[in-house]
Amino acid sequence: MATYEMVIGLEVHVELATRTKIFCGCTTRFGGAPNTHTCPICTGMPGTLPVVNRKVIEFAIATGLATNCEITRRNKFDRKNYFYPDLPKAYQISQLYLPICRNGHVDIETAAGRKAVGIHEIHMEEDAGKLMHDPWLDQTMVDYNRCGVPLLEIVSEPDMRSAEEVIAYLTRLRQTLQYLGVSDCKMQEGSLRADVNLSVRPAGSSKLGTRTEMKNLNSFKAIARAIAGEYRRQVELIEDGKPVLQQTRRWDDNKDTSFAMRSKEDAQDYRYFPEPDLPPMEISDAWIEQIQARQPEMADARAARYQRDFGLTAYDARLLTEEKPVADLFEATVEGCGRPRETAGWIMGEMMARMKEKQPEQLMLEPQALARIVTLVAEGKLNRQSAREVFFYAFDGGTDVDGYVAAHGLQTVADDSAYETVIADVLERCAADVRAYREGNAKVFGFLVGQTMKALGGKADPKKVNALLRRKLGEAT
Amino acid sequence: MEINDAMVSYVAQLAYLKLDEDQRAQAAKDLARMIEYVGQLGELDTQGVEPMSHALPVVNVMREDEVRESMDREWILRNAPASKDGCFLVPKTVE
Amino acid sequence: MELFDLAALELGAKIRAREIGVEEAVRACLARMEEKEPQVHAFIRVTREQALRRAREVQRGIDEGVYTGPLAGVPMAVKDLISTRDVETTCASRMLEHYVPVFDATVMQKLQEAGAVCLGKTNMDEFAMGSTTESSYFGVTHNPWNLSRVPGGSSGGSAAAVAAREVFYALGSDTGGSIRQPASFCGVTGLKPTYGAVSRYGLLAYASSLDQIGPLAIDARDAAAVTRVIMGRDALDATSVDAPLPGMPEGDALSGLRVGVPEDYFGEGLDEQVRERVMGAARELQARGAQLVPVRMPELAYAIPAYYVLACAEASSNLSRYDGVKYGYRPKHFEDLHDLYLRSRSEGFGPEVKRRIMLGAFALSSGYYGAYYNKALQVKALIKRAFDRCFEQADLLITPAAPTTAYPLGSNTDDPIKMYLGDIYTVSVNMAGLPGLCFPCGFDEQGLPVGAQLIGPAFSEERLLRAAHAYQLHTPYHRQHPGEE
Repeated sequence: MATYEMVIGLEVHVELATRTKIFCGCTTRFGGAPNTHTCPICTGMPGTLPVVNRKVIEFAIATGLATNCEITRRNKFDRKNYFYPDLPKAYQISQLYLPICRNGHVDIETAAGRKAVGIHEIHMEEDAGKLMHDPWLDQTMVDYNRCGVPLLEIVSEPDMRSAEEVIAYLTRLRQTLQYLGVSDCKMQEGSLRADVNLSVRPAGSSKLGTRTEMKNLNSFKAIARAIAGEYRRQVELIEDGKPVLQQTRRWDDNKDTSFAMRSKEDAQDYRYFPEPDLPPMEISDAWIEQIQARQPEMADARAARYQRDFGLTAYDARLLTEEKPVADLFEATVEGCGRPRETAGWIMGEMMARMKEKQPEQLMLEPQALARIVTLVAEGKLNRQSAREVFFYAFDGGTDVDGYVAAHGLQTVADDSAYETVIADVLERCAADVRAYREGNAKVFGFLVGQTMKALGGKADPKKVNALLRRKLGEAT
Repeated sequence: MEINDAMVSYVAQLAYLKLDEDQRAQAAKDLARMIEYVGQLGELDTQGVEPMSHALPVVNVMREDEVRESMDREWILRNAPASKDGCFLVPKTVE
Repeated sequence: MELFDLAALELGAKIRAREIGVEEAVRACLARMEEKEPQVHAFIRVTREQALRRAREVQRGIDEGVYTGPLAGVPMAVKDLISTRDVETTCASRMLEHYVPVFDATVMQKLQEAGAVCLGKTNMDEFAMGSTTESSYFGVTHNPWNLSRVPGGSSGGSAAAVAAREVFYALGSDTGGSIRQPASFCGVTGLKPTYGAVSRYGLLAYASSLDQIGPLAIDARDAAAVTRVIMGRDALDATSVDAPLPGMPEGDALSGLRVGVPEDYFGEGLDEQVRERVMGAARELQARGAQLVPVRMPELAYAIPAYYVLACAEASSNLSRYDGVKYGYRPKHFEDLHDLYLRSRSEGFGPEVKRRIMLGAFALSSGYYGAYYNKALQVKALIKRAFDRCFEQADLLITPAAPTTAYPLGSNTDDPIKMYLGDIYTVSVNMAGLPGLCFPCGFDEQGLPVGAQLIGPAFSEERLLRAAHAYQLHTPYHRQHPGEE
């Protein structure tokens, strides 16, 4: 059996984190009752005109610079014409002829090694509205709140050869966009969407096979599954001697399969032409330099700084900086408690485990809360077990750490005499173990610590228990 | 250039217009006449001429990223032929 | 009646001097409409009650010193493709028969700030596509000089309303001659400003890269006063430009002015009487001190085909939003979404609109874009260059505004190309984004007005207005109107 290679290119749409829409002053805030974030411009009323948001241009340039693109000095908008109820003007303002960024690349690293994935182009465009089916009327309801939200479409070269590379590319891209602050890249809210162009060819062949485009991929998991599924489907077709049709396919993650939406034959004729309502953009060196100078510290630079300033390992620094919200949380917490290693421990341990388990929409953990927990533990006022309980409270957004500790009686026992009484009691109850310890069985010490902790209701300061116990065991010799 | 029936249908489809038989015949005639007429552009040598979409040399007209209050929804929907619960209403779209 | 022998600025002066009240002026115009409209039909909608209310409001404003401008209180009208909040704006189309804008066009806001009193919305060719105002869904407009003739178009209603002195000035829009040609046919002064001089926000688009709003007025000074009100950069129109307002034209001295006479504009197809009157106007400018210089514009022949490709292509896109979903015509019965689109558009648009959007869709379609649309953009560049060349030798050009005077109603509707050819002298001005002014320069033997066109470099409105004013100081034509029937 021949072995096959997949060839993948990605079209990624990201919603930009501007305050306002691309061509009008309406808010881009997510949610809101239908059609309450709209105006005559974004609902395409007759006589209205677009005026481009400066921030969109700057975000596009910033993204281009961070992905090693050439900036198209003279670029302009074009109209893409098609009829659909989610597109009120019946054309989308986009860029076809002169996209703002071209010929860049993103470096990725997988088990197969490092490689550069080419960026063919990045262009700016407007998002469409939302259609909802109304089951009572059996009609479609149209909401234009998302209409005109600025998008970047980032088109890669067909440089990827596996789902792993695709995920690495997307992860890297998302990281870059988040660090730039140009998008929050929330797949759940649709602010990052990827279409996968995939073709299959015999390994070693240099000729490209017929590709399909898969849409409706709203998580990394779905993307990985869709790639595996489509690869399988195309290989089966080839093995059966059937042609692969150039199609747009819709991935159904529940059914773990894709469905043909339309084929190339009925591909739409978008009748692109230069947008007459928007003068062209001329991007000067000075403007680019200004944006370059404002570029924020990116993930790699941050990781290096964490190693240098906080003495973290390369692995830890990289893990902490992978996602910007996590890195931001880390830094803000360290600022609050001055204990980078302990903070890193909490974030990489409890927090990341909890994230996997609960998959929250967003990070609720407040850095001040985490800083307080780290401090209480360091000061011996909270033991590990209690601290974990407080952490869960903070993870869900709780901020009054001291109040929570007090209300649940989680602070460690502070009174020395209480420790002494309990230890005396434990040593008496466990005379045989004490004997064994004294005969040289050091392992028993842990058991005795445990017994003491338990007798103190789990609220003991383990350092103190250790110290006192050692002293007591030593004394009686 | 000959304008056949398929071409008329295609252009009507792009423009989302429905033509009956008579209109189709008339449209074929009109289109043929107009396309022939504008076809004389081909006579002009434009090699190396940069296409000009904007007559005036205006560039970089932008607005700042400042929120302006959206319009009251009832105004947005005021001219809607059909609406419900703050939405425009259209026949079922097939996905 | 004496009132209707006044120009807008003269009436404005009388209003400010309290010689005549705003409401009185408005009522006089409304009475005049009652008399004229049954024959002329310049209006799609007369907003009588709003106008009377507004008249009282403006009078108060004048009395309190809020409105001090020269046009405060002067009755006017606007073409029915300029958005007026709470007043139907139909584009003379069944598609928008019941469409009521929720905002005012920028020009309407500016006029309101200047104390204008709007009496209604004027008739036009459907979506401004036409040269006769015959394609209006709401019936044809008749030329006040001869009711069996067309008023020109597409701003035929505005031109006829001013010619019949139903209002003292009106706004029109000009995509390929739609202000200048009806001004010529109706004997009024019309100015198409430089592209970008006046905000297009609220103007229902025909061809965005060519459309421009401008005045149809009694004389050059009135046109200047209106232009000074509506001009200026608008934050809502990215193509609008900040340019100095043209000064009010004063005096008749044109010494040192080089007036180019492009022979290509006086060739085959031009009516002999029109040629004579326009040349007469050129000689009058010469008599005022201007120097006539011959210039060439051989690209002129290609202006019309290039114009129709560009205008129709943009129109096909601009008019796609009329789909029966958000506003406008929706049929009672339809099967599904596809059918809703088809029926809304097929029943809502008239034949000329359909013709043009089909040509436009064709010119942009895959496989033809290069040969048609892109080619037309190149021709546009060549035309711009040709004008630049002319303006090295001349400060402005004088040409006819149209090859003929007003022709009989119904004579030009069968063959689209025949009508398009009538735009020969005007469309190139739009393609180059230049200002163009049409002023009356006499009458033909049938008593129909003849118009001459002045074309200048970008933002030379003041120069054009000054030349026209100098001419008008020594000629009576702009003062003549059809009078009482």
